[in-house]
Amino acid sequence: MFNDLSLKIEGVFRKLSGRTSINEKNISDALREIRVALLEADVNFKVVKEFIDQATTKALGQDVLHSVSPGEQFVKIIHDELVIMLGGENAPIRHAGMPPTVIMIVGLQGSGKTTFSGKLAQYLIKRGKRPLLVAADVYRPAAAEQLQVLGQSLDVLTFTPAEAKTNDPVKICFDSITYARQHTKDVVILDTAGRLHIDDALMKELELIKLKSKPNEILFVADGMTGQDAVNTAKEFVSRLDFDGVVLTKLDGDTRGGAALSIRSITGKPIKFISTGEKMDSMEEFHPERMASRILGMGDIVSLVEKAQETIDIEKAQQLEEKFRKNEFTLEDFADQLKQIKKLGSLESILGMIPGIGNKIKNLNIDDKTLVRMEAIVSSMTPKERVRPQILDGRRRMRVAKGSGSSVQDVNRLLKQFVDMQKMMKKMGKMNPADMMKMMPFGNR
Amino acid sequence: MSLVDILKQRLAKTRNNIFGRLSAALQGQTVIDESLLEKIEEILITADIGVMTSGKILEKLRQRIKKEKISDTKTIYTLLEDEIEKMIVMQNHVPMETKLHQHKPFVMLIVGVNGTGKTTTIGKLANRFAKAGSKVLLVAGDTFRAAAGGQLEIWARRSAVEIVRQAEGADPASVVFDALTSAKTRGYDVVLVDTAGRLHTKVNLMEELKKIRRVIEKQIPDAPHETLLVLDGTTGQNAIQQAKLFSQTAQISGLVLTKLDGTAKGGVVLAIQQELKIPVLFIGIGEGIDDLEEFNSHDFVKAIVE
Repeated sequence: MFNDLSLKIEGVFRKLSGRTSINEKNISDALREIRVALLEADVNFKVVKEFIDQATTKALGQDVLHSVSPGEQFVKIIHDELVIMLGGENAPIRHAGMPPTVIMIVGLQGSGKTTFSGKLAQYLIKRGKRPLLVAADVYRPAAAEQLQVLGQSLDVLTFTPAEAKTNDPVKICFDSITYARQHTKDVVILDTAGRLHIDDALMKELELIKLKSKPNEILFVADGMTGQDAVNTAKEFVSRLDFDGVVLTKLDGDTRGGAALSIRSITGKPIKFISTGEKMDSMEEFHPERMASRILGMGDIVSLVEKAQETIDIEKAQQLEEKFRKNEFTLEDFADQLKQIKKLGSLESILGMIPGIGNKIKNLNIDDKTLVRMEAIVSSMTPKERVRPQILDGRRRMRVAKGSGSSVQDVNRLLKQFVDMQKMMKKMGKMNPADMMKMMPFGNR
Repeated sequence: MSLVDILKQRLAKTRNNIFGRLSAALQGQTVIDESLLEKIEEILITADIGVMTSGKILEKLRQRIKKEKISDTKTIYTLLEDEIEKMIVMQNHVPMETKLHQHKPFVMLIVGVNGTGKTTTIGKLANRFAKAGSKVLLVAGDTFRAAAGGQLEIWARRSAVEIVRQAEGADPASVVFDALTSAKTRGYDVVLVDTAGRLHTKVNLMEELKKIRRVIEKQIPDAPHETLLVLDGTTGQNAIQQAKLFSQTAQISGLVLTKLDGTAKGGVVLAIQQELKIPVLFIGIGEGIDDLEEFNSHDFVKAIVE
């Protein structure tokens, strides 16, 4: 737990030496730092106040553990409290006893409802469902067309106003249920138009859709970058519709996402999904610990590890391990490793997840093309050269450089990196396998 | 009811909300003390002004209360308004109308993260220019999002202006290239270039934006004459980061603040102006074709403080 906030709070506590327990005097400065951190993360002003009061009550009187500093301990208390507040039951989507299950998607303009509807359809297909997408946005130009194009790309049937032969959103939604039955679809996703919470006429329309279509689940989609106003919006939507869950979008950027805490504490509704990109599979279930770290600006190491576990081919990792041991690591394997790293996503997003680095890489220009270039260089070598790189003389290097569209210097640099890596492997080969596994970047435990 | 009245009414909705807040804060307050300043801090922070900028405003306020020996709580109101308005940057910006007459075609590039209202803003701008008698061309540079081109086309029809678009997935730079070629030969006055929404942290997409700019510059050396960053008025402190990174890649000359017809105040632009000195040119206050207003610093401050 080493990050900017911890460091700041560490500094606060260092000034107060000789403290053995957390008391009101020694935490007041630390609390100020926490407050600023939360406000800068866009947590609502009132929510911050309540949260700090609660966390303080919990922290007061706790003895400082020997193994950690008071600062670290305090941040941990705050962090844990945040996790509790963000978490709670992560209820999955409720399905109807009698299909079709009706899921209604609501939210402000531009929060990402349509994109999320597509992602949800994809998510349901993966779980053996047959979704129907319903374009109930008759206001924004080309909204139905957008959903239809998404549907086509996912091979999902879309019910549009044209198909419904009406421009009345309430009727479109209601009719879509019969349509779903006729086409043996078991989940209906109602993509409603974006609207302001203070637009009474449009909010009434949602109430009517709810009344007529009787959705099993209403999901409120909120932009993860929302500021203080998140509470006003969420309050109005929950009082009008009593929605079942929250979806936070656009979390693939660098927003700290304080809106998550604001919405959760105002509505008491669980955050069910987060959306992290424009591709149809970039949707994740919500993890309170990660969100807590993010709001406090502590990076997201858990996500990184999990992502690595998901994408790194275990079998290949084991093969590689074998090769390390026998000292048979070749350029071919090197290229293989590059491919695995690439699968994790952009270098920037990987680094962004590491605590402490998050804020520092913003000015660094990380070029994902480096990996592509390295791969191209290895691909331009003959199989023989890949196994025995020492035969790469000047002429061969020149050829490889030309073939991969890079310079001889690039080729030299790559070869040097490879030799360094081989040396490291040799050292590792002498260790016992258990120690070695600990050193492997993505080994399976 | 005239259009102006409708606009006024809508803005009033936003104002009333805060009016309640400050007068509530002042209620029963006869002396200026810490508790009043704390209430003012709350008003500033809940308007998304941010901890740092709010702190600066409060600091100035404290100094003036002391220096000018202010004891009447009602005066606080004017002081606060005054201090916030000082933070708003309007200088160094050549009015758009002037620029419009200096360049033909006058090229505007519209950028921003996803869902802020870029396409809607272009639709409204097109109407504004067309009404003023300009020959307008819209360029569907968002070839990524499904039906983005279709959306812009409907806006083009609404104000009876021309549009250049290609198939989805086409290279946006090439769409822009073609559009500018025809804009030059066919004598357009205004070219509005729409771009796909992109998060400022996505290096590849920001590179794409650089390329679009390069293509524009190659076709018309001093263009784009205006590069607008569209910010969602409900966005919190992340908008600062957006403004910084978009400025680095696309040299933003002005901001558009959208969705101000709700309860959000968009106070984060104060921090952006402090740091980057980019003026706000327009605000979006609805989905109708006329729901775009020129930014008025006084009204904006009033909306926060009143």
